[in-house]
Amino acid sequence: MSLLSIQSLDAFYGDFQALFAVNVALNHGETVAIIGANGAGKTTLLRSIAGVLKNAHGSISHNGEAIGALSADAVLARGIAMVPEGRKLFSSLTVEENLLIGAYAQRSEPEWTLEKIYDLFPVLAEKRHDASTMLSGGQQQMVAIGRALMSNPDVLLCDEISLGLAPVIVKKIYSEFPKIKSAGASVIVVEQDITQAVTVADTVYCMMEGGVTLSGKPSDLTKDQIHRAYFGVGVDE
Amino acid sequence: MIWLETLIQGILLGGLYALFAAGLSLVFGIMRLVNLAHGDLIVVGAYMILIIVSILGINPFVATFIAAPGMFALGWLLQRFVLNRTLGDDILPPLLVTFGLSIALQNALLEGFSADSQRINAGALETASIPVGSLSIGIMPLLTFATAILVIFGLNQIIFRTALGRAFRATSDDPITASLMGIRPSSVFAIVTGLAMLVAIIAALYLGMRASFDPSIGPVRLIYAFEAVIIGGLGSLWGTLLGGIIIGVAQTFGAAINPEWQILAGHLAFLAVLLLRPRGLLPRAVD
Repeated sequence: MSLLSIQSLDAFYGDFQALFAVNVALNHGETVAIIGANGAGKTTLLRSIAGVLKNAHGSISHNGEAIGALSADAVLARGIAMVPEGRKLFSSLTVEENLLIGAYAQRSEPEWTLEKIYDLFPVLAEKRHDASTMLSGGQQQMVAIGRALMSNPDVLLCDEISLGLAPVIVKKIYSEFPKIKSAGASVIVVEQDITQAVTVADTVYCMMEGGVTLSGKPSDLTKDQIHRAYFGVGVDE
Repeated sequence: MIWLETLIQGILLGGLYALFAAGLSLVFGIMRLVNLAHGDLIVVGAYMILIIVSILGINPFVATFIAAPGMFALGWLLQRFVLNRTLGDDILPPLLVTFGLSIALQNALLEGFSADSQRINAGALETASIPVGSLSIGIMPLLTFATAILVIFGLNQIIFRTALGRAFRATSDDPITASLMGIRPSSVFAIVTGLAMLVAIIAALYLGMRASFDPSIGPVRLIYAFEAVIIGGLGSLWGTLLGGIIIGVAQTFGAAINPEWQILAGHLAFLAVLLLRPRGLLPRAVD
């Protein structure tokens, strides 16, 4: 049984259908990367899983139980946390308060504590009492990841972590992923940066126009296949 | 010397206005909800205390403690089942609903208690005073002001030092992201309004002990409260106290010059501050 399973998920914004029969599975200990161009439906998929968008109850299941129609707070309580696109730190809160708010709905034995987050991203310890708006983009992203980890998730959803950050910072953040995974979280990353996604992922799903166009292990996929699935045209055409 | 006495009176009166305004400021600061029925809810609180005092024959301060849980529950239920449904991108529904609530409350009170003026009897406390140098300062205004400071200090402790307060601020910043943290915005809002009603019952106690009240006085009190919130700066509770003091001082000086100018002087001070500092004296909220 998959940890998280998405089966023929249709998602809507009002009358507009954004996702068409999407199937994705995340197994324990795995990292799944979802790639695709702008508007392909990647963020909609994560928002659907996190409960920001409500869907048909049976279309998403976690540990075998349907969660598709749960609200965001109920989804978090089950152990699914999200690092939202654009980081979305709380501007009225300090860095440390942003991290602490992640533990608001504290689940049983905390695997992640403030101390461990500061071990993971030492720069945050120095800035703990600063306003979150005073940080650089990369540091803000570290806070957003730390904040999600503070709820001790077993599924971590990361939306466009690399967006607007220098490549060296992106590399630094991704280099901490093994530690995050060894603490017990399975991860879904949404990325526009194909190279980065292919490097970290056990399974890659490529989305276009609200549907999954390609999926498989990175080693089984050719560059041309990905290109076709991503843009709808091949490299040579 | 008369001017110093007037100044002190004005500052202490500001404490009363700050008590009226603190609940309003809290609710607006966290939910961007303007509660036009806040003044009437304070009057409801005053009647609650009056009933408890007259039935049990106890001290009004003790009666306030007895009424407090009921007032919290009233605020919680009001937010949970009525006001939460009005929140959204449109600012009009909360205004219309709380305006309607204001009228409904006034008429319900009129039906239940008639239009007669009432007063909460505080005994000797009402006229007691302490001499300071050649001045004499009323115990009641002093107590009101001290309570206002205590209430605002307490609210700030909750907002800035507790997990609940963090949830208040996070929800105020961004309710959707807050829900991703496991916070249910509708429950947080219900607690905020419950808390605002706890402040309202304290305001009601002083309202009832210091002057007579009847079912219709809510909206008039609300205007001073609004002015205090706005010139203090939206979202800042200490600013609200400062705003209350400015209006209080303006009113007592106006009255000292000519009794007819009391109310007008308060409003003029409000307009003057708005003219010079349109965002208030200590604005916290950016929007």
